[in-house]
Amino acid sequence: MSELLDKLALYLQYPFVRYAIIVGVLIALCSSLLGVTLVLKRYSFIGDGLSHVAFGAMAIAAIAGLTNEMPLVLLITVISAVLLLRTGQNAKIKGDAAVAMVSVGALAIGYLLMNLFSKSSNLSGDVCSTLFGSTSILTLTKTEVWICCALSVVVVAIFLFFYHKIFSVTFDENFARATGTKAGLYNLLIAIVIAVIIVLAMNLVGSLLISALVIFPALAAMRLFKSFLSVTVFAAIFSVICALLGLLIAVVAGTPVGSTIVAVDIVAFAVCWIVGVVKGGLRK
Amino acid sequence: MALLTCKDLSLGYEGHEIVRGLNFEVHSGDYLCIVGENGSGKSTLMKTVLGLQPPLGGTVRTGDGLAQNEIGYLPQQTVVQRDFPASVREIVLSGCGGRMGLRPFYSKEEKQLAKDMMEKLGLTALAKRCYRELSGGQQQRVLLARALCATKKLLLLDEPVSGLDPKVTIEMYALIARLNRDEGITVIMISHDIGAAVRYASHILHIGNTVFFGTRDEYLASDLSDSFLKGGEAE
Ligand SMILES: Nc1ncnc2c1ncn2[C@@H]1O[C@H](COP(=O)(O)OP(=O)(O)OP(=O)(O)O)[C@@H](O)[C@H]1O
Ligand SMILES: [Mg+2]
Repeated sequence: MSELLDKLALYLQYPFVRYAIIVGVLIALCSSLLGVTLVLKRYSFIGDGLSHVAFGAMAIAAIAGLTNEMPLVLLITVISAVLLLRTGQNAKIKGDAAVAMVSVGALAIGYLLMNLFSKSSNLSGDVCSTLFGSTSILTLTKTEVWICCALSVVVVAIFLFFYHKIFSVTFDENFARATGTKAGLYNLLIAIVIAVIIVLAMNLVGSLLISALVIFPALAAMRLFKSFLSVTVFAAIFSVICALLGLLIAVVAGTPVGSTIVAVDIVAFAVCWIVGVVKGGLRK
Repeated sequence: MALLTCKDLSLGYEGHEIVRGLNFEVHSGDYLCIVGENGSGKSTLMKTVLGLQPPLGGTVRTGDGLAQNEIGYLPQQTVVQRDFPASVREIVLSGCGGRMGLRPFYSKEEKQLAKDMMEKLGLTALAKRCYRELSGGQQQRVLLARALCATKKLLLLDEPVSGLDPKVTIEMYALIARLNRDEGITVIMISHDIGAAVRYASHILHIGNTVFFGTRDEYLASDLSDSFLKGGEAE
């Protein structure tokens, strides 16, 4: 045990490990805050869909030979998010179907483009690291860490500032609209923020696993708590602890960062689920 | 000037017309009851008035400086996801949301208002309970409390007593009448309870094959009420 701790202490001396932990925890926090809303609005898979869009966008950026792909990827992802979430409660194609359509479509097109135009010799390696998260979280530069911190602060601030509006719009969009809340505007805001989080989170866990960061904290919290506030707070705490634990394990055991975090999430969710069942059983 | 004026209004969904040629005015302090058979377009009218869907033709105008965030609304059905975590208090408070503008948190007065409304509707003991664990009637009362938090001027109620037990139904009608009389809140209510409609309302709007709008006394004198009231008795 002490050997493990020594190893951990050693790793923590490296700045890139500390950066990874800071960024990982911040992303986990942000995605869990919006996760509750997304799960309740039946957009659990928005993370998936948007990250596949981001994947497709990256393919386009790579083909176009852009050196800095971030702006283009962010732009395309934000636009897709707006289009997907805009339709809201009264949509014709229900949220999940629309998201699924965009999700597989973007994935297929992205991979097709990469296959057709890529000059890289290690194509499947490239694709795999975009899908499952690369080790690039361990190669973050100081600037990237700062950008990530700044964006996280903005996301958390927006969430706190509009918390009550987000609740109204999530609970009953028609009532909110009928009584003068600008529901469309807040849907737009939610869409933009979630797109930003997705693009940030792609570095951490990769396209395929982002949904885990969005869904598990919210679902775990909903097993145990019954008011919006307590669910939100618990989801945030849950997500941060799991991300921290997952990162530490990944660093010490040398396992892939994204998958390890998600694995920790699954275990913690199972614990919450059992506690919820036992609590419910006792009350009856 | 009227609080609400509807002119040549036609209602429907995607070009499919349900009602046409609706003309009526609601003045401050009125109590308008909208009656008509199932599927005649009552809820659709209410949604159009609220701006939740566009009219197919004609206009809805608000007057007397009535702003959108001074309207309270009780929907006929609220599609709330079965596992939505929300306490009664959170939902009632959200009625104040329209008036907040960009202010991020509820003021002391708004919290007090929500408390008063929960008291009024006998929800105080349930304040911390989860909405999805309440009975249908209790949920209805929560949504009414929310609507009351949203307005001091105009209240739109879509079948407010459906699912309530007889005792609470009578209390509910009394409460709505009191709000209308004592606090001057204008009420537009959809109801299938034609007896209550002619007892409490000042005006009646009947939607169906023939459209009628007028005061309660005019309605009682018309043939329409005859057939509709008799129809109600035959059931
Ligand atoms: N979202 C919708 N899309 C298309 N048609 C609809 C929609 N909602 C209702 N309708 C149709 O519009 C008509 C009027 O519906 P509405 O809900 O206004 O009736 P209502 O008078 O409120 O009836 P009830 O007494 O049952 O509440 C019905 O024929 C219904 O089938
Ligand atoms: Mg109806």
